[in-house]
Amino acid sequence: MSKQASGTAFMALLRRDFLLAYRRRAELLQPLVFLLVVVTLFPLGVGPSPDLLANIAPGVIWIAALLATVLSLDSLFRSDFEDGTLEQMVLSGQSLALIALARTVAHWLVAGLPIVLLSPLLAMWMNLPDEGLLILIESLAIGTPVLSLIGAIGGALTVSLKRGGQLLSLLVFPLYVPLLILATSAVSSAVAGLPYTGQLGLMTAGLIASMTLAPFATAAALKLSLS
Amino acid sequence: MNPIYLFFHKTGSPPWFYNFSGKLIPWLWVGFLLLTAYGLYLGLLVAPADYQQGESVRIMYIHVPAAWMSMMIYGLMAIWGFIALVWRIRIMEVLIISSAPIGAAFTIIALITGSLWGRPTWGTYWVWDARLTSELVLLFLYFGVIALYNSYDEPRKAARAASLMAIVGAINLPIIHFSVVWWNTLHQGSSIGTSGNSIHPSMLWPLLYMAIAFKLYYGANLLSRARLRLLKQDHRKRWVKDLLTEETR
Repeated sequence: MSKQASGTAFMALLRRDFLLAYRRRAELLQPLVFLLVVVTLFPLGVGPSPDLLANIAPGVIWIAALLATVLSLDSLFRSDFEDGTLEQMVLSGQSLALIALARTVAHWLVAGLPIVLLSPLLAMWMNLPDEGLLILIESLAIGTPVLSLIGAIGGALTVSLKRGGQLLSLLVFPLYVPLLILATSAVSSAVAGLPYTGQLGLMTAGLIASMTLAPFATAAALKLSLS
Repeated sequence: MNPIYLFFHKTGSPPWFYNFSGKLIPWLWVGFLLLTAYGLYLGLLVAPADYQQGESVRIMYIHVPAAWMSMMIYGLMAIWGFIALVWRIRIMEVLIISSAPIGAAFTIIALITGSLWGRPTWGTYWVWDARLTSELVLLFLYFGVIALYNSYDEPRKAARAASLMAIVGAINLPIIHFSVVWWNTLHQGSSIGTSGNSIHPSMLWPLLYMAIAFKLYYGANLLSRARLRLLKQDHRKRWVKDLLTEETR
């Protein structure tokens, strides 16, 4: 398969996924509304004290982002699996890892990027100090693609199961631990006036590693689910 | 035939594995019982109490080997998972899924004995310390593999999904471990390592005996589970029928 054909396939897949996403707008909004609701619950649960909220803000926003991502991951391959599109993609002769990557990129653009864009609102609600805001956005911008990439492995592993959603969260949450630690620590350090570039650097390393490795694992899992 | 291929072919055949492991299991049990008896005798009666921790230090003789096993078994699962995925050897698929409950049990033992030790020593059953946290995450990874396996109806497909999950988890495990170490550490560093031991021989020997005993236990338990699973999977096949008629005859 020539390089050009692979590139064309990648772009065609992206375009198709955007079109599908656009036609299912209401479905896409659900994880985002969920994100807003989860963050709203925290002040109600722990009390509205601005200092307390500012302390827990990075963790709360990041955990809400994890939950919202996992919620949207369940449908990542499901409809393609159910109507047979996935089989056709495997039969197309294109590298399955590339197809998986295209699907993951599309997922991030419609599910991850909106979280990044919503984060200033969440930061305001949680009374996050201004020094942390930019770092929060940066950490989400670096981290949410990793969530999509690693989550896609779980989504591909559970796609042929009837009740894959709960299992999916059990599979991927442990894998999200390092990211959560690094991201929240970067934001907290920035608020405290400490250096935070190390954490962001490690997160970027994680992004590069998962971008190169995760699509192959996803492809293997997809093949397995179709067998 | 190339001797290496022959070896793989032979060990990969269920009847051969069934017979061979049947002969091995009693020896593993004997070794486990003897070493455990000797290790516990040395650890509980002969070894001195710690000058700071008192008698509670003796929990170490169970806790540390169990924690080692919990990590070793996950690593082994990843290796077997890799072999199962690449060469499609069915014995490996059986081994990986038979390992998971044993590994999870060792993880739980390490966590519980650690809590019991932490109460008198640290003054609390649970702290969000790095090693405790990564051990807990390891337990969740085990649960994930087991749950994934049980969700599939077809055993071979289930085993391959579990293998893939074990490999992904094993790649992440060191990252998880280092990230939580960096996050928060209260646990003491390792006393035993390649750069020299900071533990007295009277305490080191029982610990090593127990560690080997636990490995033998793992071998015995794993092979027994694998045999049972093979019998269940192959219950319609010739060799199982032959085996059963032979035994009843």
